[in-house]
Amino acid sequence: MTIQPLLSVKDIRKTYGDRIGCSDVSFDLYPGEVMGIVGESGSGKSTLLNCMAGHLPPDSGQVLFDTRDRGMVDTLTMSEPERRMLSRTDWAFVHQHARDGLRMGVSAGGNVGERLMAVGARHYGNIRTQAIDWLDRVEINEDRVDDKPSAFSGGMQQRLQIARNLVTGPRLVFMDEPTGGLDVSVQARLLDLLRGLVREMGLSAIIVTHDLAVVRLLADRLMVMKSGHVVEHGLTDQVLDDPQHAYTQLLVSSVLQV
Amino acid sequence: MSDYNFAYLDEQTKRMIRRAILKGIAVPGYQVPFASREMPMPYGWGTGGVQVSAACLMPEDVLKVIDQGADDTTNAVSIRKFFEKTAEIAVTEKTREATVIQTRHRIPEEPLTEGQILVYQVPIPEPLRFLEPRETETRKMHALEEYGLMHVKLYEDIAKHGHIATSYAYPVKVEGRYVMDPSPIPKFDNPKMEMAAIQLFGAGREQRIYAVPPYTKVVSLDFEDHPFDPSKANHPCDLCGAEHTYLDEVIIDDDGGRMFVCSDTDYCAERQALGHRGRLSPSNDLEKAAE
Repeated sequence: MTIQPLLSVKDIRKTYGDRIGCSDVSFDLYPGEVMGIVGESGSGKSTLLNCMAGHLPPDSGQVLFDTRDRGMVDTLTMSEPERRMLSRTDWAFVHQHARDGLRMGVSAGGNVGERLMAVGARHYGNIRTQAIDWLDRVEINEDRVDDKPSAFSGGMQQRLQIARNLVTGPRLVFMDEPTGGLDVSVQARLLDLLRGLVREMGLSAIIVTHDLAVVRLLADRLMVMKSGHVVEHGLTDQVLDDPQHAYTQLLVSSVLQV
Repeated sequence: MSDYNFAYLDEQTKRMIRRAILKGIAVPGYQVPFASREMPMPYGWGTGGVQVSAACLMPEDVLKVIDQGADDTTNAVSIRKFFEKTAEIAVTEKTREATVIQTRHRIPEEPLTEGQILVYQVPIPEPLRFLEPRETETRKMHALEEYGLMHVKLYEDIAKHGHIATSYAYPVKVEGRYVMDPSPIPKFDNPKMEMAAIQLFGAGREQRIYAVPPYTKVVSLDFEDHPFDPSKANHPCDLCGAEHTYLDEVIIDDDGGRMFVCSDTDYCAERQALGHRGRLSPSNDLEKAAE
């Protein structure tokens, strides 16, 4: 029996003028799987993520997603209302900077409730109960529900962003450096939280990061990118413990062992 | 003979505005861009409303201008004079006699009839503006009917105040499609927007015209467990005794004394002429003095 992939990326290519953003990237992501994309700055990993999430139109290629009603559909050619609907129901996007993904002028509860209201929830009591439930799941105290994100610490903002994204029960989460800019102890707790949520909800996720510890903890599979190309891919432990490509070897050996 | 073209604007400009108005009526609640002109008054004083009125006026029209319900405040008086001078048309303070009514912040208490046009002055036509600053994004949200954000604002109100505290410019959904800013009228007036008259909205600085045709469904947004409530001061009018009108609160001395009066001066005066009396009516004092 073959399992249907949730997301199937085929030959994505994006150039900025003469320079290559990313090129010839293809992979399948299966339900419940977490894929890590690592590489140095400028290697095209964020470009790739934005192309997949529909924020940037790639020059060529396909991003097929297993929609609930129509099966595998190319999200790049689907109509804009449909794509936007997808991005607030089945998809989620966690930005590196929480303030890119949050409404800073709106309370924590409103931030979490926005996606519910966007898909038609019109009962204040229910929206609020769900918002509080989700704040609790990301370890934000219930009494902070009416505070604005600007009153939160960086780690809390990031956790709030995650709650806001997961409240509609998405099936696929895109994460762009979710732990970037956080200190190590906060990072560790956030990773712990993410790992718990991913396992508990059976989420599929694509995580872009330059932090190998993040992928070691979260990702099942790993893609290593350099200069817009995928230079190595495989199971996370396999790639990290037995790197084959020269760049991967460099990357792995660059990490300080404490 | 006036030195101005009829109603100040030149014929081509009026034609352009009329096209925008017709489009607005054809797509209720949709904000139609138009090439707003410089008017001889500052932005924020009703340049949009004046342009829409100018495009609607015919020589036989009778104009009424309302500012916060009153006919005798600066804005109302100067706009009325402007059209008296540039269009040489008849003006009135009586809602019933007017064919074109330009208004700021109120809908008259007296129900409007077919054949009347109500022109609103609009400062910010975009109901989503303070939630989403990007114009490209709000346009897309209107086009795709993504109005979840509007409810985020109402959610915030309840979270902060325990009830929907938005009391003016309360967002409405027109004919089940476009979410629209009804201009800064009190939410008390929202239910009146399903009326027999044509409603036109002009925003001069923001260069938008939109419209609600007669007998169009206008629904104020709310939550299932926090339904829309067209609230008003819990008080009768101190001059005419009306219990069903929108009231202004007026401070009358330095000791915290206050009175509540109808904000619609024409309606209040008419009721007083019919013999209705309130708590502080001058005639009450006369009667008391006579006693």
